[in-house]
Amino acid sequence: MKLIPEFNFSKVFLEPWSSPALIDWNGQIMLMGFMVCWTCGIIGSFIVIRRMALMGDAISHGILPGLAIAFIIGGSMGLGSMFFGACVAGLACNYCIEWLHTHTPLREDAAMGLVFTSFFAFGVTLISMNSHIHIDPGCLLYGEIGLIPLSEKWKVFDVEIGNRSLWAIGLVFCGVLIATVLFYGPLLVTSFDSTLAKSMGIPVKATHMGLMLALALSTVASLEAVGVILVVAMFVFPPVTAAFFLQRLPAILIGTFPLGIIYTWGGFHLAHWLDCSIAAAIAVVATLLFIPACLLGPNGGILWRLKFKT
Amino acid sequence: MFSTLRKTLPFSRFLSTLAASLAFSTNLKAKQIEWNEAESFLERTSRFWQMQDQSVQIVVLGSILIGISCGLVGSYVVTRRLSLFGDTLSHAVLPGIAIGFIWSQSKDNLALLIGATVAGFLGVTCLTLLQKYTPIRQDSALGIVLSGFYAIGICLLTRIQKMEFGNQSGLDSFLFGQASALSINDIWGIGITLAGIGLFVLATHKELLISGFDPSFARSIGIHTMLLQYGLWILLAFCIITSLQVIGVILASALLIIPAATASLLVKRMNTYLFLASVMGGIAGLGGTFLSFLGQGLPTGPLIVLVSTFLFLLVLGFRPKTGIFTHWNFSRTHSMRIKAENTLKTIYHILESQNFERTSITSQDLMQRIGLGRGDCDREIRLLVRMNLATQRSTRDSSKLPGQSLITLTPEGWEYACKIVRNHRLWELYLTSEAEYAPDHVHEDAEKIEHVLGDQTIRQLERILSNPREDPHGKLIPSLDDMEHGWIKNKNATQKGFRSGNPA
Repeated sequence: MKLIPEFNFSKVFLEPWSSPALIDWNGQIMLMGFMVCWTCGIIGSFIVIRRMALMGDAISHGILPGLAIAFIIGGSMGLGSMFFGACVAGLACNYCIEWLHTHTPLREDAAMGLVFTSFFAFGVTLISMNSHIHIDPGCLLYGEIGLIPLSEKWKVFDVEIGNRSLWAIGLVFCGVLIATVLFYGPLLVTSFDSTLAKSMGIPVKATHMGLMLALALSTVASLEAVGVILVVAMFVFPPVTAAFFLQRLPAILIGTFPLGIIYTWGGFHLAHWLDCSIAAAIAVVATLLFIPACLLGPNGGILWRLKFKT
Repeated sequence: MFSTLRKTLPFSRFLSTLAASLAFSTNLKAKQIEWNEAESFLERTSRFWQMQDQSVQIVVLGSILIGISCGLVGSYVVTRRLSLFGDTLSHAVLPGIAIGFIWSQSKDNLALLIGATVAGFLGVTCLTLLQKYTPIRQDSALGIVLSGFYAIGICLLTRIQKMEFGNQSGLDSFLFGQASALSINDIWGIGITLAGIGLFVLATHKELLISGFDPSFARSIGIHTMLLQYGLWILLAFCIITSLQVIGVILASALLIIPAATASLLVKRMNTYLFLASVMGGIAGLGGTFLSFLGQGLPTGPLIVLVSTFLFLLVLGFRPKTGIFTHWNFSRTHSMRIKAENTLKTIYHILESQNFERTSITSQDLMQRIGLGRGDCDREIRLLVRMNLATQRSTRDSSKLPGQSLITLTPEGWEYACKIVRNHRLWELYLTSEAEYAPDHVHEDAEKIEHVLGDQTIRQLERILSNPREDPHGKLIPSLDDMEHGWIKNKNATQKGFRSGNPA
């Protein structure tokens, strides 16, 4: 068996969509991928502007003990307890980093590295000590979007309304979208000039907390699909790639939508060709798209710079 | 329907094997260290510390050595603000490990090491290029390299799961580490890495120190800072790669950061810093292996990290001067001192109001003066007695209420009380005569400052005020002479005076 199998157009691009059952199954995967990319892309844009890209990494690791404790107390993986545990743990992680940074001589990077690895180690230990927790540690690290159609059906008043994971990410996506539209002004001002924001009477701290909360929520919702580390790719790649072509923040935010579609579509078929993890393939497509953008992008791309220099 | 699904979704087929192999495959551990259900906690503890099992010896030795080398390199990582760089590097080696595995078709350590080193360098190069040639900021660049390389690594790993190589079980352990699978060869690798790090640090200690804290000065005296930087990166890469076996890709950076951060709270000098960081790393390695030995299927890597976090929290709480508990204890004893001083002052005031005719006061007087109940008053007196500043004896005087006691200051107590009153009154006088405060505004200020004025300041105040005898309210300031002789030369009082402790 070769590392890279032969490329077969009909097997890669047509077979996944050849029957209604397959369209239903794969459609759910694609929808999940779209919404994960969009949610993370919107939040990621603000995070990248604030120079906190690694805060996304830190919070996504830091929510793990919250999930584990919610599971131990609640007894099962209810959607509400999962979100609540993750939010508490995410905010605690954020608070610990800030406290260490301001109250001890530690620098911010050391504080961040210290807190999130400790949180993550604590979470992993909790999970492995309680063998009844059905969180697969491997799945935590790179998710399994291919299993999304298998996740349990969500029932509201005994009426089945569809896939639970899809609903979770859908709700978070809508929440993030609404919050972005409603609080666009404060988010914009605090991201670029926090002093100005303070003088305008915008609650800078609360905005930051809200963003961290949204970060934790979207990480939990996309955890099953992409895991805690690949979610960083979903946060960072869309805004950074878009920023090579677009200059204004609204344009970058809108630009994450087509990018999300391309990432998911490309990743899905790449995974079918190579027969590997879809989530990782989505991130690989994001990386592959980033390289030409970085070289050719009119807005700071390497080749354009060289051309203007001479 | 499921059969059609399976055809296009081979994931479900291999996922069960994937999950089984990833779920902390403890089979190996169970084979190496025989787990006996009947064994008690104590027996297991003693078995660990006797270290007769060879597998235990290897794991313990490996963890300690890794802890020490990570502590050493971590000191430079933390002081040079490269903490998150270490995290990125540890994720970036994953595709290298996967390719090394495919290349050698087995879990050959040398191939994995070469692959990881190449991938690590590619990661560092990408990072440098991104920062040099694009407007992307450092944090985003780190995130891009971290997640991009990691994604490629996971792609390759999940691909390998489906290729038929036979012996592939060990590869997943790189994500979380699997200390129990350490072999003698691994120990040699770890030992050589540690020796290399030690030699490098010894040979370039001075240069590293200078270039770390003042790079432009280092360049000006002819030190190749870039060369040193690359040397450090190589060591960092090797350190991470050798520790992957024990603590895994995800947490490798923790062992770099946490022991060094712990040491940075305690010491200021680089030599002691390096020493302390490596000791902390070694203790974390030992503690983590011990804890994971106690329970069945407990992962070693996360436990090592948790032990080092525990050490960090301990130091954070109890470090000298600024630790949370140290500070709390300090402020507690501080407020106790202020309380005692205030009581002493009140006793002095009572004695003064009686023109120093008597040598002791009753607890009734004190209660009236402070306006506190009996219990509170007794507590304050007991505090003074415990500090050896006063004595308390019960009175049988029929003219007094029953249960009263006589409080007498000891010579030390008398001296202390004089000092406090003196501080207070000198400060009041200073404020009125030099800072031109109104005499009725100075009391509150002096109440606070009397507890913190040092001897030197008092001498200065005396000089400025030319050794005054009276405060702005017309009361006498106890002089040094009074303190020593234990009496106040009062123009109104009789010459009998006051001698503390033993009434004249």
